[in-house]
Amino acid sequence: MATPYAKLPAWVDFGLIPFINLLVAFIVAGMVVLLVGESPLHAATLMVKGAFGSGEGVGYTLFYATNFIFTGLAVAVAFHCGLFNIGGEGQAYIAGLGVAVPCLMLDSFLPWPVVFLVAILGSAAIGAAWAFIPAYLQARRGSHIVITTIMFNFIASSVMVYLLVGALKPKGSMAPQTRTFLEGGHLPKLDWLLELFGASIRSTPLNVTFLLALVASAVVWALVWRTKLGYEIRTLGFSPKAARYAGINEAKIIVITMMISGALAGMMALNPIMGDQHRLQLDFVTGAGFVGIAVALMGRSHPAGIIPAAILFGMLYQGGAEISFEMPNISRDMIVIIQGLVILFAGALEHMLRPTVSTLFASMKPSSMTVDGAVAGDN
Amino acid sequence: MEFFGLIFGLNVFDSMLRVSAPLLLACLAGLYSERSGVFDIGLEGKMLAGAFAGASAGYVSGSAWIGLLAAIAASVFLALVHGFASITHRGNQIVSGVAINFIAAGSGVILGQAWFRQGGRTPSLPNEARFNAIDLPFATAISDVPFIGPIYSGLISGHSILVYFAFAMVPITWWILFRTRFGLRLRAVGENPAAVDTAGISVIWLRYRAVIICGALCGVAGAYLSMAQNAGFVKDMSAGRGFIALAALIFAKWRPLNAMFACLLFGYLDAVAIVLQGKEIPFVGHVPVQVFQALPYVLTVILLAGFIGKAIPPKAGGVPYVKER
Repeated sequence: MATPYAKLPAWVDFGLIPFINLLVAFIVAGMVVLLVGESPLHAATLMVKGAFGSGEGVGYTLFYATNFIFTGLAVAVAFHCGLFNIGGEGQAYIAGLGVAVPCLMLDSFLPWPVVFLVAILGSAAIGAAWAFIPAYLQARRGSHIVITTIMFNFIASSVMVYLLVGALKPKGSMAPQTRTFLEGGHLPKLDWLLELFGASIRSTPLNVTFLLALVASAVVWALVWRTKLGYEIRTLGFSPKAARYAGINEAKIIVITMMISGALAGMMALNPIMGDQHRLQLDFVTGAGFVGIAVALMGRSHPAGIIPAAILFGMLYQGGAEISFEMPNISRDMIVIIQGLVILFAGALEHMLRPTVSTLFASMKPSSMTVDGAVAGDN
Repeated sequence: MEFFGLIFGLNVFDSMLRVSAPLLLACLAGLYSERSGVFDIGLEGKMLAGAFAGASAGYVSGSAWIGLLAAIAASVFLALVHGFASITHRGNQIVSGVAINFIAAGSGVILGQAWFRQGGRTPSLPNEARFNAIDLPFATAISDVPFIGPIYSGLISGHSILVYFAFAMVPITWWILFRTRFGLRLRAVGENPAAVDTAGISVIWLRYRAVIICGALCGVAGAYLSMAQNAGFVKDMSAGRGFIALAALIFAKWRPLNAMFACLLFGYLDAVAIVLQGKEIPFVGHVPVQVFQALPYVLTVILLAGFIGKAIPPKAGGVPYVKER
């Protein structure tokens, strides 16, 4: 299938069009705010102030962003291979075991760096294992990865409920959660980092996992654009036929990519469990796996886009909590709408405005763009 | 044996019918869409939107039928958004479905809070704004007849009209798909749209019609949730049913009659899980309720893996149609 639209300068393709799409998403979200009888501008000011107005706000924003960087990278890596990993939610949820079990076993006698290391490996391994089955079924038996990963989200949820009301719950406790970890299961906060910038804060959940997320972003960048494996992943995603012709082992690449994706989603579990709550709770993922889809689409599957997109969603989460104090009509569910609109306009409708933009550019630069512009106009 | 009495009791089958009705409606909805080549993982969102719109309009107007119309309208609107993104603009159908699920999940709560101020739920519906259980003719008269009596009056009679509608849609869907010209074209456009186009039939319009039918049925499913099974809308009340319906659709290999059996099976698992809670199964012992909850998904994965027959989706599913020039 040939690209049905005209070629545009790179900055328009990777900068302007995504920006316009986002703008449309936020304008529609603003209309929803208007519909419930509040001022969108006032809501936006409150949100930005809530997210960045204080050191604490920044801390919370970056804490949420940490989750979304991991899940966004997870979705993005799979996208590069032409796979849609909708199972980040389940992979992160079940990977909570990979964090909690080492913490419960080791927290009494080992210092946090050692426990952290084991928990990183544990969460990545379990996340990868949970992604392995859908990947294998896609690669070897041709079952659709979107469907299997959705099913695995629900299976993960059942498994976790079973474990948290049973084996993992301390005796005599009613709440479906593990015991609180001792000192060895607590990650250090990053308060000092915020204080470097002159913010004085009491306490935020921002912790070293944020730095790990930045490292993971760099590693993903290097992996996808600077290694042979990354090249094979992108080739397979871009053109499965070409990949097959070039002798790339399709099944192997699908399985490896999905396991990397699952591992990244799994590492998200470190942030809330070891960094903030210090125990494994029911539903600790709270939709972060799905936010990852919006983040990856918005960030165009590139770490340099994913980090700002994750921070934007962190801002929505933190600022959204602030708004609900002043505007009782706007609860956190507003973020779910915005998330949906971003996915719709930056993902499914990403080409909607392209013909218009092409025609616009054609009329601005008649010398070089006329032919392409005419074609685009036909669409 | 007491155990068999428990899991094959009339009340289990009765609740099986209640639970499977919305699944069946959503499953048939997905069937139309996917048979025409448009994947739809937004069934969940459309159901939820239908549930919210139905409960809101039902409460305000006091009429169940106006509620039902509103439910269908809301769900069809989302279906058209899906169509606009994935048929007109050839966007990714999965991405569009995901977006619709989120938009529906968020807006129900936000609008509900703004309109009714009860923390995102709608006020509970009065009786006349609900689809209540209806007794079929002679239900009480023949209830004493052995065997047939209890089955007729205890199992078949006494459901809401939407349940009967759901099961009536099975033969109707079969007839539409396999015995009408529209159905033939619908199936063709999901297998080989280029051939349909060559015959001079609009691929776009056919797919839009399929998507609209899908929206309407999801709307009815949503209305059933908030106006028959419950008396009002609460946050996330579809609780993954849209995805179970999707699983059932695959399990049914995209066929209407199989779809009914798949939905009945999944509904039965749900009903059995409730009566078995805290009880022992002979030779197996205590089975946690989560096993029953996960079973539909596990079965679907096993089926997809090709261990129980092979589920082959419509060939052109998920692929936007580009007219050759």
